[in-house]
Amino acid sequence: MAKRVDHLGLRSAMAERLTPMLIGAMSFLAALAIAGALAAAALAGQWEQNTGAALTVQVPQPADKSQDGNDSRLRAVLTLLQAAPDVAGAKALSAAELNALLLPWLGTDSAKLGLPLPAVITAIWTGDGTPDALRGALDAVAPGTLVETGAGWAARVASLTGSLQASAVSVLFIVALVAAAVIAVATHAGLAQRRETIEIIHGLGALDSDIAGSFAIRATSLAALGAAIGTACALPVLFWLAALAAPFAGVLAQPGPALPFELWVALPAVPAGAALIGWVTTQVTVRGWLRRLV
Amino acid sequence: MVRFENVWLKYRREGEDSLDAAPDVITDMSFDIPEGGFRWLTGPSGAGKTSVLKLMYLAEHPSRGRIELLDTNAARVSRREAAMLRRRIGVVYQDFRLLGHLSAYDNVALPMRLARKSEDQVRADVTELMRWVGLSHRLDSRPAELSGGEQQRLAIARAVVGRPKLLLADEPTGNLDEEQAERLMLLITGLNALGTTVVVATHNLRLVGRYPAPRLQIEGGRLIHNG
Repeated sequence: MAKRVDHLGLRSAMAERLTPMLIGAMSFLAALAIAGALAAAALAGQWEQNTGAALTVQVPQPADKSQDGNDSRLRAVLTLLQAAPDVAGAKALSAAELNALLLPWLGTDSAKLGLPLPAVITAIWTGDGTPDALRGALDAVAPGTLVETGAGWAARVASLTGSLQASAVSVLFIVALVAAAVIAVATHAGLAQRRETIEIIHGLGALDSDIAGSFAIRATSLAALGAAIGTACALPVLFWLAALAAPFAGVLAQPGPALPFELWVALPAVPAGAALIGWVTTQVTVRGWLRRLV
Repeated sequence: MVRFENVWLKYRREGEDSLDAAPDVITDMSFDIPEGGFRWLTGPSGAGKTSVLKLMYLAEHPSRGRIELLDTNAARVSRREAAMLRRRIGVVYQDFRLLGHLSAYDNVALPMRLARKSEDQVRADVTELMRWVGLSHRLDSRPAELSGGEQQRLAIARAVVGRPKLLLADEPTGNLDEEQAERLMLLITGLNALGTTVVVATHNLRLVGRYPAPRLQIEGGRLIHNG
């Protein structure tokens, strides 16, 4: 077994502090970008599930008689909704709930204003597609009844979160490019500083892979170390962001200081990715440089 | 073993892509050195001795002509094959070219480690060789801590530790006093007696006179005497 000796003197030739520090900064950003992408995906899922299926029915003049004259318009619509196979949990909002809903616009007691407010029924749409048939049926028993679903909102949220995820991927790509550039510059500096040593070792019969391998081991360890530190530094920020996001997304709102499982799986990929970038960049840089030697 | 056939060499000038404008450093040189042979490579400073040696240890490619080294056409080898060929060639440089950040032991062990020899074999061979060159008491010393003569012997030890078929030495006695130069030549001729082909470049004709052997004499990049 060959002993590992630092033949090229790379421990002193390749910056011990600057490279890990810069890679650490890149990894910090990468960890935040990954967390942002995962949070956006989780939020999108959560919102699509809750908002996309929400059904809101407004019944104007709720106390008037319905078309068949047997019941009030509100009662007739509610009965039809409760009997509909694709609708679940149909429930008319109470006066207090309606009051609370309109509080920002109409003040504390909207009933006193004497406005012709519609009754509001909330439900969950469990069917496929759009509730057009239901809309027609409700309009038949209580003309002017409005049926709204959260599908439009959900589509907008999906579009927004898709953009956020694309931005996060772009950030990761740029971070990877900058990390590769940092490694390439450090490698070039090491090559310039150890030029004579490399020429001697090359003359003694070292293969390109021997020399590139020595540089790659050094660069990979520096990159992995810097990335591990950078990722660790991102953890407190991620915990803080998770706590801030908790009210908006159930998936992040776990008891105590917790991050989503997916993030715990993804974060170790940052040092691993940095190490891979370090290895590949150094191999390419050194082998290209060695080609100048005969 | 070593064959030069109408070899020419030019050095590329900085900033120029073409060799056309560069002057000839070696001009139409042809010679043969048989296996186990010893040749002095003589000539005044600037005659091209170091360039001839560089061609022999594959640090340069000829601009024209053909070089055969250890029964291999040097122009037709891949980078990997060239590295393997270099492992069979030991070189003692004029300026030693020892690695200052390594100990004397690690400097000598380097060619064996590059050849992936076991650490047991490295230890046995390096220890024996360091004793042979009289440096067994300086194993842990850095080259800068050694005298000129000790550095030269260390460079010899590194050049021969891989049991090379061809040993090239560029002005090996240039930095040594008479006694050290004598001792070094005994080492080199001893290796030659064991079958290693040796080429020693020097402009010290007194040294050449003390160790008679065929001479390749060059001047102005041309071979003017062979024999």
